[in-house]
Amino acid sequence: MSDILSIENLTRRFGGLYAVNDVSFTVRENEILSVIGPNGAGKSTLFKLISSFLKPTSGRVMLQGEKISGLAPHIVARKGVVRTFQETTIFRNMTVRENVIIAHHLQSEASLFGYFAGSANARSDVRKFGQSADDILTLLNLDSVAYEMASNLPHGSLRALGIAIGLATNARVLLLDEPFAGMNHEETMRTVNMVQGVRDRGVTVLLVEHDMAAVMKISDRIVVLNFGEKIAEGTSTEIQNDERVIEAYLGIEDESIGL
Amino acid sequence: MGIEHNSDGSSKAKPAGSSLAATSLKIVGALLFAAFVLILVPMLINGAERWDLYYTLTSVALLSIASAGVWLTFYIGRINIGQAAYALIGGYVSAILVVDYGVSFWWTLPLAGLTCAVISVFVGLPILRLRGVYFAMVTLVFTEVAKMAALALPITHGASGIANIPLPGALEIFGLTLIPDFNTLENSRYAFYILSVTLMLLCYFMMYRLVNSRMGRLCYSLQQNEELASSIGVNITYLRLVAYAISSFLGGIGGAIFAAISQSVYPSSFAVADSINFMLNCFLGGLGYVLGPMLGTFVLYFGWDWLFQTGKYQLLIFSSVLIALMLILPNGLLSIRLWGKKS
Ligand SMILES: Nc1ncnc2c1ncn2[C@@H]1O[C@H](COP(=O)(O)OP(=O)(O)O)[C@@H](O)[C@H]1O
Ligand SMILES: [Mg+2]
Repeated sequence: MSDILSIENLTRRFGGLYAVNDVSFTVRENEILSVIGPNGAGKSTLFKLISSFLKPTSGRVMLQGEKISGLAPHIVARKGVVRTFQETTIFRNMTVRENVIIAHHLQSEASLFGYFAGSANARSDVRKFGQSADDILTLLNLDSVAYEMASNLPHGSLRALGIAIGLATNARVLLLDEPFAGMNHEETMRTVNMVQGVRDRGVTVLLVEHDMAAVMKISDRIVVLNFGEKIAEGTSTEIQNDERVIEAYLGIEDESIGL
Repeated sequence: MGIEHNSDGSSKAKPAGSSLAATSLKIVGALLFAAFVLILVPMLINGAERWDLYYTLTSVALLSIASAGVWLTFYIGRINIGQAAYALIGGYVSAILVVDYGVSFWWTLPLAGLTCAVISVFVGLPILRLRGVYFAMVTLVFTEVAKMAALALPITHGASGIANIPLPGALEIFGLTLIPDFNTLENSRYAFYILSVTLMLLCYFMMYRLVNSRMGRLCYSLQQNEELASSIGVNITYLRLVAYAISSFLGGIGGAIFAAISQSVYPSSFAVADSINFMLNCFLGGLGYVLGPMLGTFVLYFGWDWLFQTGKYQLLIFSSVLIALMLILPNGLLSIRLWGKKS
């Protein structure tokens, strides 16, 4: 597998605080790579840097040899790197299906004016996006609530909708920030399957997650952050036996880690 | 047109898209409304010999065009209290071109709109990043700035403004007279009424199309969540500018015709109070409905006029009723229809 993303000496400072400190690693094409670490380790900041919602203090992010850090977020999205949000960020006052349809924005072939005038391209876009949205909704078990207002969805479905939105962008690299947060075991396992389904569609998935069981089950590789620094990188087994990782987690006496 | 945009969407079941029946109903409704305002209303006015109503209704039509622009900025999630500035600029652009350069009014009309659109790009670039009260405040200040500029610039003739603007001449293309010279008409009020109402119909038809096209959905997505919109690849800076430019274009058009009707424009022709009224029109009619600002303008304008008889209590009663309405109907007057539907 070739590398799709390379994170090179990435640093982001907030005042005197190094939220992300000289982090380097590569992401291979079509893998599921998890970023873990205690609260405040810099995981969300790292995702914001990769999706270019934040500018790095130093270092850079390369997408197949092209520098993407410093570009506007919508350009980075256009190049195929899309982040979903830690919070349940969706378009609340649209239906579930509309949320997914609008996320197809980057694939539209008609211009804004074309849509206004109802050009042939615009009409075929509308048809294609509707179909693709229905496919995605089925994949993520959202088809039964397709015409619900998004704001009415239960928590678990909101996360799924977040993933659906990410998928609809046709991203090559999808960054999922805590997709399993607030889910019970059963919901988590279902969502784990969904994420694997996403990968099977050819998408490279980066995820931040706290649920260690899920992370160990789903990840091809894991990167561990602590106080903004990368302290380990490897497969589930390697990470579980890594001295520094154990130390970092034991250091904060978090029993839920389950190492 | 005339059907609200489905934003409060209480749609639970799978909607059958815009079915043929619903579409034809909309078209029939729109045509009936057009026939009503273009044919029946003039007949009624002529019958009752209430010529003054032409001027009143023309004002409502023009104000509702400017309000439609404000409504669009609401639609991208910005409270715009600066529309009077563009109405003023539009009025001046048309007046200056007509009076000082002898350009036909019919050319100055689109030019007034375009000038406002261009200016709004330069104004919008820095300020559209702001949200909430911050954006609102800056636009309010911009209204005042436009007035100051009109007072100070040589080209606007300072405080004395531009009076004696001639009535619009004929619009001829290839020797064919499309619109007659207003000076030759025995009733130019009627002509202005037809002009303004036609433009209003056109404006709301376009607005309806826009809102129900993909661009409308994108604008709405900005209102909901700009960060998410940008992460799905929407160029939010560009889209905000386009919406704001369209909004300002409409302000300029409204202002230009106003100047032509009153045959004058002064630095105080459009002021902060007008900016606030444009915004109130949108609130009153309903931010979720394309036709909201049209209804809002109508009700607000006639409501204010009607309360004139209460003398010094006019403003007090007016404001109280407005506040009460906003509390009872936070989604605007047009939301009453939805209530009816639900029960
Ligand atoms: N916008 C910001 N301004 C200042 N400090 C921030 C900002 N964002 C994050 N931080 C700080 O950076 C550190 C890493 O935060 P974050 O990346 O959210 O951690 P994680 O997602 O791993 O829990 C925290 O100490 C946090 O307080
Ligand atoms: Mg976080």
